Amino acid sequence: MVTFIENLINGLSMGSIYAIIAIGYTMVYGIAKMLNFAHGDIIMVGSYAAFIMISTLGVPVPLGILGSVIICLCLGIMIEKIAYKPLRNAGSPLAVLITAIGVSYFLQNGAMLVFGSNTKSFTSVIPASIQTMQIGPFQVRGIAVVSILTSLILVGILQTFIGKTRPGQAMLACSQDRAAASLMGISVNNTITLTFAIGSAMAAIAGVLMCSYSPALTPTTGAMPGIKAFTAAVFGGIGSIPGAMVGGLVLGIIEQLSKYYISQQVSDAIVFGVLIIILLVKPTGLFGKVIQEKV
Amino acid sequence: MKERAALIDRTSRNDFVTYGMVIAAFVIVQILSSMGVLTNQLQGLLVPLCVYAIMAVSLNLVVGILGELSIGHAGFMCVGAFVSALFSNQVGGGMPSLLRFIIAILLGGIFAGIFGFLIGVPVLRLNGDYLAIVTLAFGEIIKNIINAVYIGIDGRGLHASLTSANKLVDAETGVILINGPQGITGTPRDSSFLIGILLLLVSLVIALNLTHSRDGRAIMSIRDNHIAAESVGINITKYKLTAFTLSAVIAGFAGALYAHNLATLTATSARFGYNMSIMFLVFVVLGGIGNFRGGIIAAVLLTLIPELLRFLSNYRMLIYAIILIVMMIISWNPASRAFMEKHRLGGHLFKKKNTAGKEGE
Repeated sequence: MVTFIENLINGLSMGSIYAIIAIGYTMVYGIAKMLNFAHGDIIMVGSYAAFIMISTLGVPVPLGILGSVIICLCLGIMIEKIAYKPLRNAGSPLAVLITAIGVSYFLQNGAMLVFGSNTKSFTSVIPASIQTMQIGPFQVRGIAVVSILTSLILVGILQTFIGKTRPGQAMLACSQDRAAASLMGISVNNTITLTFAIGSAMAAIAGVLMCSYSPALTPTTGAMPGIKAFTAAVFGGIGSIPGAMVGGLVLGIIEQLSKYYISQQVSDAIVFGVLIIILLVKPTGLFGKVIQEKV
Repeated sequence: MKERAALIDRTSRNDFVTYGMVIAAFVIVQILSSMGVLTNQLQGLLVPLCVYAIMAVSLNLVVGILGELSIGHAGFMCVGAFVSALFSNQVGGGMPSLLRFIIAILLGGIFAGIFGFLIGVPVLRLNGDYLAIVTLAFGEIIKNIINAVYIGIDGRGLHASLTSANKLVDAETGVILINGPQGITGTPRDSSFLIGILLLLVSLVIALNLTHSRDGRAIMSIRDNHIAAESVGINITKYKLTAFTLSAVIAGFAGALYAHNLATLTATSARFGYNMSIMFLVFVVLGGIGNFRGGIIAAVLLTLIPELLRFLSNYRMLIYAIILIVMMIISWNPASRAFMEKHRLGGHLFKKKNTAGKEGE
């Protein structure tokens, strides 16, 4: 029982990292109506930025994380302006999807050139005193607690931002109906840029947490978590923030439990299998809206 | 009547250009090869080029003609590759190599088609991005399981395990067929450029004839407006499944061709992961969605560019990414498209047959 609960906590912690990534995916999808395949690679860039600042330059940890967030934020805005904006009215959503793939190749190979392809060992941002904690009978890693708390705080902030502030309301309006929003005087361009900025900043935080959780850092670090978080976003109903949160957590738990109890090798297959079953039962995900098609 | 004849004439002329292009490419490569101009690297690329071109045809059926997004086509290719390699390995010298290879290709196609059908039945009722993510998930599952499974055969029958090949089969009579992550070794290298080109032509015949047939028009009507299609009595499930299964069969052919070009067949991410599925999608979109000829050209160009950029050494994949982004923006940006149409630039590669994809966008 103790091992089961410990596994559950580990799953929750990886799941909350997936959740943070998935929220970025879902926000961009909800507003820009595109799958940002480069999102996973922004995580990687964020991790490298934090690694260079904290381990190489010796910047204090909070400043290092802040720096990584700012770098990713700017990167997100730049990518949106240069690569995605020219294709916003391209006629097929596939065009911008392929461009996102190009951006993903670009970031991965750029990182390969700058940092080399060998694995860097990321030093955890968690202070050594709380690397492992004893909570009752359970031994828990500090990073697990930190990532669960971080994701809860981030979701709280984001929900308040979207629900209570004007830019947040503008985001909501754009996701509902872009044309109507622009008629109401909302700057759609600025809102989309803001969304990319927030999503990328969250990716940076996710990157730091992820590399503190498992320290191997390579130019392709972000790819698989990115795809899994994308899965989590779909799982929860793409476009829905609570959905992405729940989807991420569920995915993390399933992955951890199947790794521990069934097989390390086929855990990915199990995760994707559960996704398929959920989608077959609920074709728009757990929290997705069913849009009635009009003739 | 006259107009109709003219229309048929135009489509068939268009098709002949496509076939002719493939045959001309073959002839040119043969001439270059006999002159000794082709480097070893390029020679080694010829079969993969055919594989990718066939995959572009296969995915174009789903994305361009059916109008659904699939990012799991590498999974069907993987099935075709492993089934055909298993067959060829088991038969070994018991059959003339050409006959063995033809049967292997057919088996690869049939099994990939079965998978396509089985996956298609539940998932084709989803649409848009949900369908995309489910196909991605299936592709990953197929790859993941083949990578983890050990299969052996001996006097007592087939054995499978998820942990290791040790003690799986009888030590004397047993043979390990799939050795987990080590995959299948010793597949006869039957693939050649000629067979690749022939297979590409066969795939094109299947795809183009389907497109021009009554069934093809039904499939395209579903793509353009599925509610209207349904209201005139078109059986949506049947036609969606037809297109999806045929596409999987063609992907299986490509897999068989691919497997017989490798000494060791492994189900690594680099070969059959979602990255590959996405690459096929890039071919289709860059070549013009629904345009088979464009897809083949894009497949060839995008495979050759990294080779031609070899002199840039470490920078080549970076430049490749930039080229991809720039090509996409040039060929899809509304302003640059208007500019190209005005000045008649770009020709067929960038010509859009229609705006396929999702409705309502």
